[in-house]
Amino acid sequence: MSLANLQKAVARAVMQPLTRNEHMRVVGPGGERMRRYAARYIKPNDRLTSFERLEIYNRQYWFRVLGSMAEDFPGLRKILGERRFDDMCRAYLTECPSRSFTLRNLGSRLEAWLRHNPQWVRGKEVLALDMVRLEWADIEAFDGEAEPVLRPEELDADSVSKLRLRVQPYVQLLELHYPVDDLVLQAKDDEGTNFASNAVGELRRRMKVRAVVALKPQKIFLVVHRLDFSVYFRRIEREEYSMLKALHGGDRSLAP
Amino acid sequence: MPANRFNNFTNYGIGIGLRAPHYDHILTRKPVVDWFEIISENFMIGGGRPLRILDQILEQYRVVQHGVSMYFGSANRPDREHLRRLKSLVKRTGTPWVSDHLCWGSVDGTYTHDLLPMPYTFEAAKITAQKLRYVRDFLEVPIAVENVSSYAEYHVSEMTEWEFLNEVVERADCGILLDVNNIYVSSQNHNFNPLTYINSVPADRVAQIHIAGHSKFEKFILDTHDHPVLDPVWKLYDRAIQRAGHTATLLEWDDRIPSFQEVHDEALRADRFLADTQLKVAV
Repeated sequence: MSLANLQKAVARAVMQPLTRNEHMRVVGPGGERMRRYAARYIKPNDRLTSFERLEIYNRQYWFRVLGSMAEDFPGLRKILGERRFDDMCRAYLTECPSRSFTLRNLGSRLEAWLRHNPQWVRGKEVLALDMVRLEWADIEAFDGEAEPVLRPEELDADSVSKLRLRVQPYVQLLELHYPVDDLVLQAKDDEGTNFASNAVGELRRRMKVRAVVALKPQKIFLVVHRLDFSVYFRRIEREEYSMLKALHGGDRSLAP
Repeated sequence: MPANRFNNFTNYGIGIGLRAPHYDHILTRKPVVDWFEIISENFMIGGGRPLRILDQILEQYRVVQHGVSMYFGSANRPDREHLRRLKSLVKRTGTPWVSDHLCWGSVDGTYTHDLLPMPYTFEAAKITAQKLRYVRDFLEVPIAVENVSSYAEYHVSEMTEWEFLNEVVERADCGILLDVNNIYVSSQNHNFNPLTYINSVPADRVAQIHIAGHSKFEKFILDTHDHPVLDPVWKLYDRAIQRAGHTATLLEWDDRIPSFQEVHDEALRADRFLADTQLKVAV
């Protein structure tokens, strides 16, 4: 068997979703029994069967990618609940596995995928999509590319007439239907908090659920930017949003 | 022997991995550390805080790049965007050498983000060596390839892991990042003598050594990097530096990361073996 074919076969098994109890499925790729599939490629040893050895990698894969998604989308996790969020991520990653060398980009196709698979956010479509857009914008703003900043001393009368303003590429502009910026800040705060008491933790969880339920629709315009290397969410007026959006798109009608 | 063409003729001592929980401590206290190892992929980005931190570190410390997703052993060609970003980072850090793993993890542009074990075949050795040469020529910096921990072996393998490692590095004419913890973990999972592995490695190709902690389960051992280095691993380290000399050594601690001081103190425990080695050489 060629190296390429072996790697394709093993990768299919490694990336196949786990059971509800987080074990490797008994049915493998192509409907074949996984015990037979694993035994074809993997040697057993005196302690583990071929199935069990392959299962270590199957579980490692899913624990890693699900952990990465939970870290990147704490707000969406709060909206959907942990169980539904995990199920949704399994479905998303099965259809859209990583195409990048970095886990940073794992959620890059989540918004588009959810638009085609709204059953995962049924009843909360608009809120969930707002949250996904904001959380992805947060990632982009955190470490996106920056252009050198124009300094006042570089401007003179001649250069002003040729000036073409642009927005930093890492700046993200969002038109949202819910004030999800408040919710994501709360979710992030909760993720970073270590509770000494389980009772306190439970109380906080109930409050979070109420916060999601109580969130009322409200049109907001948001700029997600960074200052001194920290990411900020800043609400802006519709007119400000329109102008920045035009600049982002390279609208030449805004030139002086 | 420790300074060789595979580590750009440097004589680095004991380093530790640069990890986010320690940023504040390092930048405010400025502890004496010989060098830091960074995970390249964490800094192959457009801008923002990670690159700012890296630039501040570079002002005061020597940095060596270690990658986790080049996948020298994957059958597909290297990702050009990955290489372009990696080269840009190499220029930024001035790393004397670059390391990544002797493993595979991507298939036709889909990534598992894991270090999957190689089948030890001559075909795999040839393909891996070609990729190593290509990456080295593109980056214009020496490459060291690291042996990984593994939990599975393939029926198709035609040789032992250490024979495969030797086959690859000879064909690629590249260096070795010898991870003695990974050798120990794999030896327990696959029932071989770890000293046989250490003694078979071409010592003149060892550019760097990794040490780390692991976790023991009922039927296998996992390479978790969340513990101090255990005694059997120190014994292998002792043997490795007897053969390779006073080689650049790095402690990996990536999960349940304790204070900077605790990590650094654990790394500096390697000093006692290095001192012993120097004495033996002097005698």
